Amino acid sequence: MASDPADADIALSLNLNGSARRLRLDSRVTLLDALREHLGMTGTKMGCDQGACGACTVLLDRKRVLSCLVLAAQCEGRDVTTIEGLARDGQLHPVQEAFIRHDGFQCGFCTPGQIMSAVALLEEGRAGSDEEIREFMSGNLCRCGAYPNIVAAIREAAGRDGV
Amino acid sequence: MGPFEYVRADDVAAAVALVSADARADYLAGGTTQLDLMLKDGVIAPQRLVDITRLPLRGVTAREETLQVGALTTMEELAADSTVAQRASFVREALLAGASPQLRNMATIGGNLLQRTRCRYFRDSTVTACNKRIPGAGCAAVRGPARMHAILGAGEHCIALHASDLCVPLVALDTLVDIRGVDGSRSVPLTQFYVLPGERPDIENVLQHGELITRIRIPLLPVGTRSGYLKVRDRASYEFALASAAAALLIEDGTIVRARLALGGVGTVPWRALEAEEILYGAPATGRTFRAAAQAALGDPFTVAGTAFKVELAERTIVRILHTVSGVRS
Repeated sequence: MASDPADADIALSLNLNGSARRLRLDSRVTLLDALREHLGMTGTKMGCDQGACGACTVLLDRKRVLSCLVLAAQCEGRDVTTIEGLARDGQLHPVQEAFIRHDGFQCGFCTPGQIMSAVALLEEGRAGSDEEIREFMSGNLCRCGAYPNIVAAIREAAGRDGV
Repeated sequence: MGPFEYVRADDVAAAVALVSADARADYLAGGTTQLDLMLKDGVIAPQRLVDITRLPLRGVTAREETLQVGALTTMEELAADSTVAQRASFVREALLAGASPQLRNMATIGGNLLQRTRCRYFRDSTVTACNKRIPGAGCAAVRGPARMHAILGAGEHCIALHASDLCVPLVALDTLVDIRGVDGSRSVPLTQFYVLPGERPDIENVLQHGELITRIRIPLLPVGTRSGYLKVRDRASYEFALASAAAALLIEDGTIVRARLALGGVGTVPWRALEAEEILYGAPATGRTFRAAAQAALGDPFTVAGTAFKVELAERTIVRILHTVSGVRS
């Protein structure tokens, strides 16, 4: 264990959307700030910055987490997936397409977090009913109130309707 | 917020030694309380954070009639455990009623036990009257608007609520907390782990500085016991409890032969309702019994204007979960 109290500088390497990235950071920097301010990945949004709204949701080792409450230093050697990492070969992720088709947003600020959370929800197998979708999306707030369309988009992405 | 040193621990003994030797050091696990209070609310300011998330304290193991849960197991991991679902289903219900999926992927079981209160006065560093932050400074919540506050174990010095859902069934089950310190290990029942605020609300549990929760041990319910967790709150999901109840009943020929009951959303600590259990034991499983138990559970509450409604709310919550678990119609 390194322990020099004067040294608040952290050397960090992580795998961001499939690419190895290295950077030096102050120990106080959250994963959210590292993404937005140090790595130029501004798709992940800062909402409450206090673990209450879900706007900053990213996948850490394929699990959805709130990047505002994770220190960047804790991500050493780990896989981070953000909204920028969902598209493949210029093709949007099915959840992204479903959000567009169902108009699952208005102002769009919460949308990257909603979509990352929805991608994880499908992986977790939590789209069995609209009620289940709502419960397992409850950590993502939308102040425009796009909830019905968000649920519809996730329902479609889960293949539960014939749209 | 001042700078702090970040240290990644790779050995339990070394981590315990490091934090124990430095009064300004603290552990970092899931971060959902620690970083919230440090980075955002500015309420606590450790100068060295020892990240324990890579220590080998993760995983769930069933040993005979006990479930051993590593302190770094996440809430989602414990909720997904099949033994929990089969033999202590109210633990799973309480886990899934807490926080959000993202927070449950981060928050650890050890951290859940140690989560700090959501009292707005405690979390607002511009409020000086908080005995929990500054012993002797008074309690703004007792005199000010208060709603999400405790009515049991509370008093004029502090009405801050312990907001855990998980801990409610855990105290009902007589869960044991395994603790590692520099001088060795010890175990404390969760029912004796928390300290009522009294005149020193800053002292919340029996841990000495540097002691680390390494594991909890959950005694499983006898086969045939039914359990349930009911959480009443302002929103349908992702909200703290106004009142909650965890109940387990074993009923034979209409008589309650085993009963466990604990309350959340009302106590300064996760609240085991022993007086209510005494009424339930050996009594007929009827609405009359359940109502008597509920009244006994609330005992002698300390209420302020904003929390007085919780007495009846908690009683009704208890009665309803007892009906649900017993299958006795109301």
